[in-house]
Amino acid sequence: MKSLSEIDTVSKRASRASGFEWGIAEEVGKNMRILEMLGISGIKNLNHYYKIRSKKNFEKIKLITKENQRSQLEYCPITAGVNFLDQVRSLENLNEIKFQNLAYPILFLPFIGRASEVLGKKILLKIDNRKFLLNYNTSIYTNNLDDGIITIGNNVVITFLDNKDSFEENEWRELYKLSENTFVEENESLKQSGAGAGLTDND
Amino acid sequence: MKVELRDPKIVMKLSKLGSFHQSKLSFLRSFLKEFKDWNYKRDLFELNELGFGIAVYSFKKSNRVYSLICFANQLNENERSDRVIATKWDAAFTLYDGVPTKHDIERLRNEVPKQEVGRLSYKELTLSRANKSVRVFNHVVDSLSKGKQPDISLLSSVGYLYRTTAVYGSGKFGLADRFRIKDREEICGPFRLEMMLVYLVRQFTFDQVNHVAKNKNPKKAVSLDLEICKSLGIGNSTGLGMAPFIVNHPTLLNNWVLARETVLKKIREIQNVEKKDGDLFTKYLKKSIKNITSWNTDSIYQQNKIKFLLKDVNNFIIFLEKNFNFSSEFAFNKIYLWLEKNSGDECIEYIVSMMMEPYDQIVNPLINKMSSEEDKYFNIPTNRTVLELKDIIENKYKEILKIDFTKNENNQNFWFISKNKEEPRLADRFEEKGSDLEQPLAIARDIKKLYEALSVAKNSSKIDKFLLNNNHLRHVVRRAFIVEKFPYSEIQDNTISKSIIPIDMLRLKLSFFGALKFDPRSDKWLRICMFQGAPLPENLKNYDEGWVYNSLN
Repeated sequence: MKSLSEIDTVSKRASRASGFEWGIAEEVGKNMRILEMLGISGIKNLNHYYKIRSKKNFEKIKLITKENQRSQLEYCPITAGVNFLDQVRSLENLNEIKFQNLAYPILFLPFIGRASEVLGKKILLKIDNRKFLLNYNTSIYTNNLDDGIITIGNNVVITFLDNKDSFEENEWRELYKLSENTFVEENESLKQSGAGAGLTDND
Repeated sequence: MKVELRDPKIVMKLSKLGSFHQSKLSFLRSFLKEFKDWNYKRDLFELNELGFGIAVYSFKKSNRVYSLICFANQLNENERSDRVIATKWDAAFTLYDGVPTKHDIERLRNEVPKQEVGRLSYKELTLSRANKSVRVFNHVVDSLSKGKQPDISLLSSVGYLYRTTAVYGSGKFGLADRFRIKDREEICGPFRLEMMLVYLVRQFTFDQVNHVAKNKNPKKAVSLDLEICKSLGIGNSTGLGMAPFIVNHPTLLNNWVLARETVLKKIREIQNVEKKDGDLFTKYLKKSIKNITSWNTDSIYQQNKIKFLLKDVNNFIIFLEKNFNFSSEFAFNKIYLWLEKNSGDECIEYIVSMMMEPYDQIVNPLINKMSSEEDKYFNIPTNRTVLELKDIIENKYKEILKIDFTKNENNQNFWFISKNKEEPRLADRFEEKGSDLEQPLAIARDIKKLYEALSVAKNSSKIDKFLLNNNHLRHVVRRAFIVEKFPYSEIQDNTISKSIIPIDMLRLKLSFFGALKFDPRSDKWLRICMFQGAPLPENLKNYDEGWVYNSLN
């Protein structure tokens, strides 16, 4: 089994050898470490992409907008990912970003995960019929784990999710009420002496 | 009185970093302290009469066991080399996480001796190999087998029976990644398990030499005197592989140097130095002189450094004895200021290390702050502005910006990874091919390029926009934002200049390991000694903290 350190180093060097700048190669190394740690096929996709990339041109998008469409060329997932990560603070206001024809979208995935960490918000990534929920770069929840190599995402949609509870208020109240059973009912004496601080809350 | 931390622009010059010495912060000393109450055991010792075979040593505490597995091999004279191009060694080692089964040992017997071309697993933590100092090893075997102890002066001139030529960890060749061990309660800082491997290898060398001598002459042989064992360490040959490490791990480098600088500052701020502390400092200082006088090297460069170190330390001792009183206020600050005025960097840094000896209460809390969660600082804050980044560079790289990289001598060398051994190398850009595959280690040059690019960009522009057309500088944009937070994270020198002395970079790292007796064999590799004078594993539970200065040599 390859260590994550080897995965990072080899991916970084291979990215440089494929023509990416060192700073971008560093990003890819870090991303492959994330994907492989989470059990997603990073190396498989990267290797396939770099083989294809030597024979085929890809669109290197710079400025990302709400709708990103190119009919002739597929988008390079690494350039798109780096720029998405760099620009994510301004992209957040757009709520939803769409890409058509994003090549090897699995390679795009960790950039979105890291963007989720930068914003402190969950992000939902849909790649055609596959869904990935990115949680602050700590985990990925998905309905597709075993797809191996995905060469194209025809319709890729990134949605910034508002930070909100996943439960109803009454569910919270019920749970809170149950938690109250760990509290001690205070008599007068405890009210006077239990807090340890002054007798007014605002002193 | 408040003393400022020393200026990174001075401390982080290579000539200064190349004058650092071991100290109480050094990892091998911390390792001994942290593992002193662990149970040491020799679990297996199956060597033939010539000393070839397998041995296993372990440290155990509660449910945790670390086992060193040693494979000692027969080697022809012409196969023995310390160079990284070697493919066979006298012995190869791995530190195993737990108690190895027979199956593990069989698996590792096929992999560990192959080193870089073998495959390890997440159950193996560190990997190393070592060659005998044949002259010393054979002399010791001969002497012991005749019933007498070896010639101390010969042992003293070398300092070890074996020298390692590499110690690997952190995921290399399939070894366990650092994340698997970093949160264990016994791992209090960097390189602890590398230190454990080297320490146990040292004991293997004593056991092996005794075993061979005994088999050579079972009736007459004696064991190597334990005091002599203690005065021997483990040698190490280190090449350029180590140099990029300190460039590639800026926050870690910062935390090492910051710990050292913080200790110095706090010691200089002590208003009243207690008599016992002044006495301990003076005692160790005087005892340490023999570590300088027994420091042998053929390197003229290092010989000169040692000569000036000895002269400066002797002058300092005269000053201490004739003109100094520890009962004066802020005594160590006065000492430091005197040193800055009267001594070279070798001596200043030597005494700085010595100053730490009486002050466990200052040093110990900082030992636990010498690791780094590097990933936390990887993302570039692209919402910052061009002006802010320019300010950081003007403030943190003032001297670097003065370098003229259009001059060949400032752009002379390039760092690359050798195809044969996948190891870093340095070569002359104007003489050798390969500079198109240069590694991103020319930080000074690239920072200056970044500054020039920023100078023609709009100040209010955000970094995300700047990077749209400047991703070729992305690696140094990331660094500059790291340096903003971590003042000691950057070498304040040009690592590709004609005048660079790469061994200064090695020495910096090795001093934090706790190495002694730096012996440069060229400007690109050196030999050192580790654990010389250290307690033996059997005596680890109760040892003298000043062992570094108690060596027989």
